[in-house]
Amino acid sequence: MTSGGKKGTFAVLVVGVVLGIALWGGFNWTLELTNTEQFCITCHEMEVTPYAELQETVHFTNRTGVRATCPDCHVPRPWIYKIVRKIRASNELYHHFVTGAVDTEEKFEAKRMQLAQTVWKAMKDTDSRECRNCHKFNSMNLEKQQSRAADAHDPYYWEAIDGKEPTFTCIDCHKGIAHSLPEGFDPTWNSPETTEQ
Amino acid sequence: MKKMITTLIGGCAALVIAGAAVAGAVESLRGDQELPDLSKEPAKRQQLVVRGGIERSYKLQPPVIPHEIEKDEINLKVNTCMNCHSEKTFEQKKAPKVGDSHYVTRDGKVQGTLSSRRYFCNQCHAPQVVADPLVENNFVGAK
Ligand code: HEC
Ligand code: HEC
Ligand code: HEC
Ligand code: HEC
Ligand code: HEC
Ligand code: HEC
Repeated sequence: MTSGGKKGTFAVLVVGVVLGIALWGGFNWTLELTNTEQFCITCHEMEVTPYAELQETVHFTNRTGVRATCPDCHVPRPWIYKIVRKIRASNELYHHFVTGAVDTEEKFEAKRMQLAQTVWKAMKDTDSRECRNCHKFNSMNLEKQQSRAADAHDPYYWEAIDGKEPTFTCIDCHKGIAHSLPEGFDPTWNSPETTEQ
Repeated sequence: MKKMITTLIGGCAALVIAGAAVAGAVESLRGDQELPDLSKEPAKRQQLVVRGGIERSYKLQPPVIPHEIEKDEINLKVNTCMNCHSEKTFEQKKAPKVGDSHYVTRDGKVQGTLSSRRYFCNQCHAPQVVADPLVENNFVGAK
């Protein structure tokens, strides 16, 4: 190889790396920008109902001042899952700009059961991964919980301590934790032992 | 006649003014708030949690709620109290089932699901806060 050829390859490499970093950075930068609550509620569909309801809950204000934002619960943190969720989110863009599927409160209520079920299924499938970014069975101090809560968590706490996979996951019992439940919610859906899984 | 009317009007005016002055002096239980204003929020207190429930004061009293209900919702769409207190879930949730009376309609018919008369739980059941009684007393409940 001539030294000129070597230089050429090097130049291409440098340009490639620089471009790569720029694109990659830009990509991740957009990813980060779109991963904020501020971004989610630029769409009134997300602001009018889900955000308004969230403000009434313990995940918005509480004793300790720790907040959960939309992406904390809805956007996976591991990179690859995040990309997958973002691709699925283009469906939301389509419905926002093209169909207006849930652009009034009435339409939102009418579709809420379907939307909620999508979220429940996603959370069930990931063993409530996003909840567990903040909460873990084996970090719970059951003595400090309300008696109702401690009784309910006890078996799964011990499973987690013993290194087993807990039989039930957070979303099995905690549907409706951040927003109002959809009309037609069956009481047994928060009682996993009574429902066929 | 004219004189009488003027006296009458004058008298009425005087009464109105006096009435207003008196009304200004009276302070209602809401304090010195204007009628259209919302009443001041009472100091926030923690809700009381008592394992095993709170003793009733008399027979057929709607038992008071021994746990927090901040998260619960009772509206047209859902009643989250029934997630735990319904006939389908109470055993698993280790919660007492709503009383048998809660299934009786106004015509005395017993139905399989909650009677609409008992839908708004907090009409009868109240949560308690962690607070000492304002007046000491030695009342003993019905047991
Ligand atoms: C472009 C406007 C828009 C933005 C921005 C937006 N959404 Fe949505 N979102 C929608 C619409 C429209 C739907 C309903 C989609 C349908 O009808 O299938 C929806 C549905 C949802 C659902 C329920 C259905 C599902 O597939 O999970 C969740 C959860 C959700 N959005 C969360 C978020 C979060 C979190 C953000 C911020 C990262 C966000 N949205 C940003 C418009 C938007
Ligand atoms: C960003 C971190 C974060 C995420 C994600 C999160 N939580 Fe929380 N959660 C909190 C904080 C902080 C509190 C309030 C603690 C306190 O009382 O100060 C809380 C409180 C709760 C409570 C107690 C409610 C009450 O009224 O006392 C439940 C139940 C709960 N979370 C369930 C969930 C579930 C289920 C998920 C997943 C869908 C989830 N959390 C996701 C941080 C989080
Ligand atoms: C078998 C059902 C069940 C499962 C599974 C479950 N919970 Fe709970 N949890 C309850 C009940 C019942 C309560 C008490 C009532 C309430 O606060 O909703 C409770 C209360 C809580 C509280 C409030 C504690 C307090 O003292 O007020 C938190 C926080 C919580 N759960 C988080 C979680 C998280 C995180 C998971 C998943 C790792 C989880 N729970 C799984 C049933 C369950
Ligand atoms: C503490 C976790 C948590 C946070 C924070 C949160 N959500 Fe959700 N979200 C859920 C869960 C769980 C569901 C499934 C339905 C349910 O259980 O109520 C859900 C459902 C939804 C749905 C489907 C419709 C419905 O009402 O069920 C939309 C849309 C949505 N969330 C948007 C948002 C937006 C926008 C934000 C931020 C303003 C947000 N969520 C914040 C946990 C959360
Ligand atoms: C997460 C499950 C759960 C939910 C939701 C729930 N409860 Fe309870 N409730 C219980 C449990 C468990 C007990 C028994 C507590 C104990 O004895 O330690 C109880 C006890 C009670 C009692 C006392 C009964 C007695 O005989 O002393 C009343 C009244 C009551 N609840 C009313 C309500 C109302 C009203 C709501 C809705 C605003 C509600 N509950 C929501 C689980 C629940
Ligand atoms: C009209 C008033 C009223 C309403 C509304 C009402 N209750 Fe009751 N409740 C009572 C009375 C009175 C009792 C005690 C007598 C009895 O058991 O019927 C009672 C008893 C109970 C008990 C204790 C039962 C036992 O066997 O110890 C529970 C739990 C309960 N109610 C829950 C609820 C729930 C949950 C709701 C809402 C779905 C509700 N109640 C609505 C009046 C009411």
